[in-house]
Amino acid sequence: MSDERFEPKIIAFLCNWCSYRAADLAGTARMKYQPNIRTIRVMCSGRVDPSFVLKAFSLGADGVMIAGCHPGECHYLEQNYKAMRRYEMLRHTLLAMGMEDHRLRLQWASAAEGNVLSAAINEMIEQVRALGPLNWPGLWSENGGHQAAIERLPHEHAEALEVSA
Amino acid sequence: MSEKVGVYICHCGSNIAGTVDVVELAKFAGELPGVTVSREYKFMCSSLGQELVAEDIQKQGLTRVVVGACSPHLHEKTFRRACAMAGLNPYLMQMVSLREQVSWVTEDKALALDKAKAMISGGVRRVQLQEELEPTPVPVNPNTLVVGGGVAGIQAALELADAGYPVFMVEREPSIGGHMAQFDKTFPTLDCSACILTPKMSDVGTHDKITLLSYAEVEEVTGFVGNFHVRIRKRARGVDEKDCTGCGICIEKCPRKVVDEVFEAGMGYRKAIYRPFPQAVPKFPVIDRANCTFYERGTCKACEKFCPTNAIRFDQEDSFLDLDIGNIILATGWDLFDARRLSQFGYGRLANVFTNLEFERLCNAAGPTDGKIVLRDGVTEPKSIALVHCVGSRDKTTNPQCSAVCCMAALKFGHLVMEKTQAEVTSFYIDIRAPHKNYEEFYDRLQDEGMHFVRGRVAEVTDAARRPEEEGKLIVQVEDTLVGKQRRLPFDMVVLMSGLQPRADAREVGLRFGISCSMDGWFTERHPKLDPVATMTDGIFIAGVCQGPKDIPDSVAQGAAAASRIQGMIARGTVMIEPVVATIHEENCSGCRICNNLCPFNAIEFLAEKSVSYINAALCKGCGTCVAACPAQAISGAHFNNQQINAEIEGLLYDAVRGNGGAPKPVAVPA
Amino acid sequence: MTAKPKLALYWAASCGGCEIAVLAIDEKILEVAAAFDIVLWPVAIDAKVHDIEKMADQSIDVCLFNGSIRNSEQEYMAQLLRRKSKILVAFGSCAHEGCIPGLANLAGREAIFDYVYRRSPSVDNPQGIVPQPEFEAPEGTLHIPVFYDTVKTLDQTVTVDYYVPGCPPEAENIYAIVKAVVAGLGGAPLPPAGTVLGKETTVCDECERTRNEKKIKAFKRTWEMIPNETDCLLEQGLVCCGLATRAGCGALCPKVNSPCIGCHGANAGVEDFGARMMTSLASVIDSNDPAEIRRIIQAGIPDPVGTFYRFSLPRSLLRRGALAGNGRGH
Repeated sequence: MSDERFEPKIIAFLCNWCSYRAADLAGTARMKYQPNIRTIRVMCSGRVDPSFVLKAFSLGADGVMIAGCHPGECHYLEQNYKAMRRYEMLRHTLLAMGMEDHRLRLQWASAAEGNVLSAAINEMIEQVRALGPLNWPGLWSENGGHQAAIERLPHEHAEALEVSA
Repeated sequence: MSEKVGVYICHCGSNIAGTVDVVELAKFAGELPGVTVSREYKFMCSSLGQELVAEDIQKQGLTRVVVGACSPHLHEKTFRRACAMAGLNPYLMQMVSLREQVSWVTEDKALALDKAKAMISGGVRRVQLQEELEPTPVPVNPNTLVVGGGVAGIQAALELADAGYPVFMVEREPSIGGHMAQFDKTFPTLDCSACILTPKMSDVGTHDKITLLSYAEVEEVTGFVGNFHVRIRKRARGVDEKDCTGCGICIEKCPRKVVDEVFEAGMGYRKAIYRPFPQAVPKFPVIDRANCTFYERGTCKACEKFCPTNAIRFDQEDSFLDLDIGNIILATGWDLFDARRLSQFGYGRLANVFTNLEFERLCNAAGPTDGKIVLRDGVTEPKSIALVHCVGSRDKTTNPQCSAVCCMAALKFGHLVMEKTQAEVTSFYIDIRAPHKNYEEFYDRLQDEGMHFVRGRVAEVTDAARRPEEEGKLIVQVEDTLVGKQRRLPFDMVVLMSGLQPRADAREVGLRFGISCSMDGWFTERHPKLDPVATMTDGIFIAGVCQGPKDIPDSVAQGAAAASRIQGMIARGTVMIEPVVATIHEENCSGCRICNNLCPFNAIEFLAEKSVSYINAALCKGCGTCVAACPAQAISGAHFNNQQINAEIEGLLYDAVRGNGGAPKPVAVPA
Repeated sequence: MTAKPKLALYWAASCGGCEIAVLAIDEKILEVAAAFDIVLWPVAIDAKVHDIEKMADQSIDVCLFNGSIRNSEQEYMAQLLRRKSKILVAFGSCAHEGCIPGLANLAGREAIFDYVYRRSPSVDNPQGIVPQPEFEAPEGTLHIPVFYDTVKTLDQTVTVDYYVPGCPPEAENIYAIVKAVVAGLGGAPLPPAGTVLGKETTVCDECERTRNEKKIKAFKRTWEMIPNETDCLLEQGLVCCGLATRAGCGALCPKVNSPCIGCHGANAGVEDFGARMMTSLASVIDSNDPAEIRRIIQAGIPDPVGTFYRFSLPRSLLRRGALAGNGRGH
């Protein structure tokens, strides 16, 4: 692994019937894409809970992809529409929290579209690479300096209240 | 209490091992919290590979298994079975795809190993939270519902009925027969279509195991595989089927003539009380109330006056039938592409431009011209006929698909024209598609018989003459690609080979049964190669053109295939319902009802007295949408629950930066 | 006379409402005073922290700690009271989830100080002086607590035994925890560590409005309409957080025709309150057109963080907004 180049870590939720099969097809056809994407199989894009996306970011993911069947082609008839609605709501909130748009991506790919999915994966990896590491947990790890302030307090209290003999 | 996880990394020959260092990967897996056994092996799916797992389960007391190999779509069943046979619940096994998703798509070996480690790490954490699950057996009702009385539906119904199982056939039109009943001859045998179809229709009408509900539609479907409840609307014929003998006097005496848009494709007439065609099954006529004098003005009643058995019932109303059904076959057929959409061909504007269906009626001896091929004036015999292929097919602006039958039908028309008339007949084609048995030979035959062929897409059919020879003719403007020239060719008659389209209401009908259509509107099969008659909804099958354009032999084969599947299920008596379903935890449910309209399979209902929602596990397809939507997190999804997926995420990101540092803690398994 | 059990109440980053809520138990406060020896309660009695420091560990029987942790002194007090208490209760929404002070997590120290001490319209600070944790005065070095970028919950700082949710907690629930602790000290079994006092379902369970299937075409703001008193507020278009909020408050706000804003925190087992609100509201938006969905969301929920994480931002999975200075954030 190159020391200079930032290698993003992207989590992708793939639905069992379309996008997971698209990924399988990309494999069978030996389409190469960058390995920065780590996949989780769910039965439907409708299973993707916004808390999964937030969990991934909170554990250090640089990007998250939600992939499902094209609208109108969902194996479970219309559940990918719910995924679409949740993506819009999540995106709205993440932008308000200061996260860049391209870190969360909603991607449609049918079981026959291994090429579409692998191209989308490559595109997203480059977009996230250009944005740099997200390292969201780093936002709340405080810098040093307050440990000293904490340890000083009992001494200050003693100094203020103990009356020397 | 912690689990004992066995991890098995498959080499898959060199498919995985050639890119991913499987030895290193197995070593890495062996050090993950919870893993007690970690091996790599050349072919895990082989019997030796499976024995490896079985032995470890029994001798090492493994409680969970992770197999890092190919896609679960290939071998999840294999390894689940291997675990089950060794005494471990099959749902305590997780497959990690190291081949399709890692080795086959990654070039850099070091990065491939990194990715493989993360994927295995995710699988190991997830599997420790997986739970034992058991499928539920449900009984299968031997009744089958066949929707659509075309040749596919007829074949399916006859096969099931001959096997001794009850069939209910619902057909929208007054008679079964579908489009095949409209054709003249069939290719390549040139059998008379009605002659080969009507015996089967008759069998359906008289079979003691088949209940034929014609002039009827399915209103509502509830339930699940083996146990559907179907409500059928029997539309009011205006005729009492118990009293009607089918003598046809009412039809003779009826004074109202109506253009028959359906069976005669607008080429002929029928009466207000009518049978679609003489060999109609059932024989009972139907009163078309929209065009009947009695319903308009309260007078006439000729049919009633002349009916010898007093079978006319003007006050008859639609009735409803509720049926318990085990399995359903949808064989709802197709609509013809509306050639008016391609105005350059002049259909609807230029009198002697016909569609293929209209031409079938012309050729048919029982048709509006008694089988004479004549122009719209009903008299003039054309001396030259053009057949334009691919009208509304292979066309990005209308339908991109090939309609599979039109080339053969054009050849058939060519033969019929040359048999019945002295006319010259020319096909304008892009390709001649003659793929099946004896089709290519039929093409050869037509070439020998003197049919003309021009390879080129017709740009325009016009009556605007540019030269004296073109006056009064229909001019076909085309680029003849084999000659390399633009040509204008005059004809007396042009027949447009209009394509096959999904029924206009296919999507709506599909939803009523709980199945989906693809983007192009045909019903979605479970697998286009390996399972073309099943759908994603257990117990609902599709057959014939409603699944995609095909010829009669293929429609018949699919009808038989669907029937055969169902026969197997009925013979077994029970079907297993997958345990991957959602459950609402009543104590956490507040009855907010957010989930209530999120299930397209109607598995969720609201129990008003308890003020909670409830999921019928037999209807649940396990998509997990409600699980993700519940604001109280009161719904859990078996085998894909929050803890399992969160654990998988943690595993996948084991090497990601964490602001508070430290490796992930071992998976906290509930006591 | 046997020594009375010791009770401590402390306030960290809070508004003081939880202190007042304790008094909302009315005359029962006398029972409390009778049952306990109150060793620390800055708002009410003049005890010294130094005396607490001199106590043996675990000599305080129960400490009701309200307020979130946003500076080093509060963190110190949390650690101190954890050491010195047998039972530490995160009392009220600030300690439980961060509450309103937690919304400061959309900014950081620099941005906050810059606004409060330099740019606010009412400030007159020509030299642009902002607080420093250390200052050399002629008399010696002065220290004030370090102000953190990120507000933390009590359990992100120390281990917490129980949580009493609410902003502020309801009087009955306050009395209930006091009684449970008294019983526990007398030998009765205590609830398992980590228990949040309240029901294990959401506010809809306690709300008496009529509910139907949800189909949302638009989200309305509270100032745009006066809802009727019988139908579910969400169905009338208002964003009511009762869907995802733990029950136990008696659905007080919907009862007075106001949508629930979620002060009681998430339901049992939920890690992120906002995610539950986002997913449930989004799932029932009545549209399949991405542009229309986006419009409905942007028009009706202009402040998603304030709407979905009003009380729970520090406790949420992402805990805070991006910090300025790295190309993003405020």
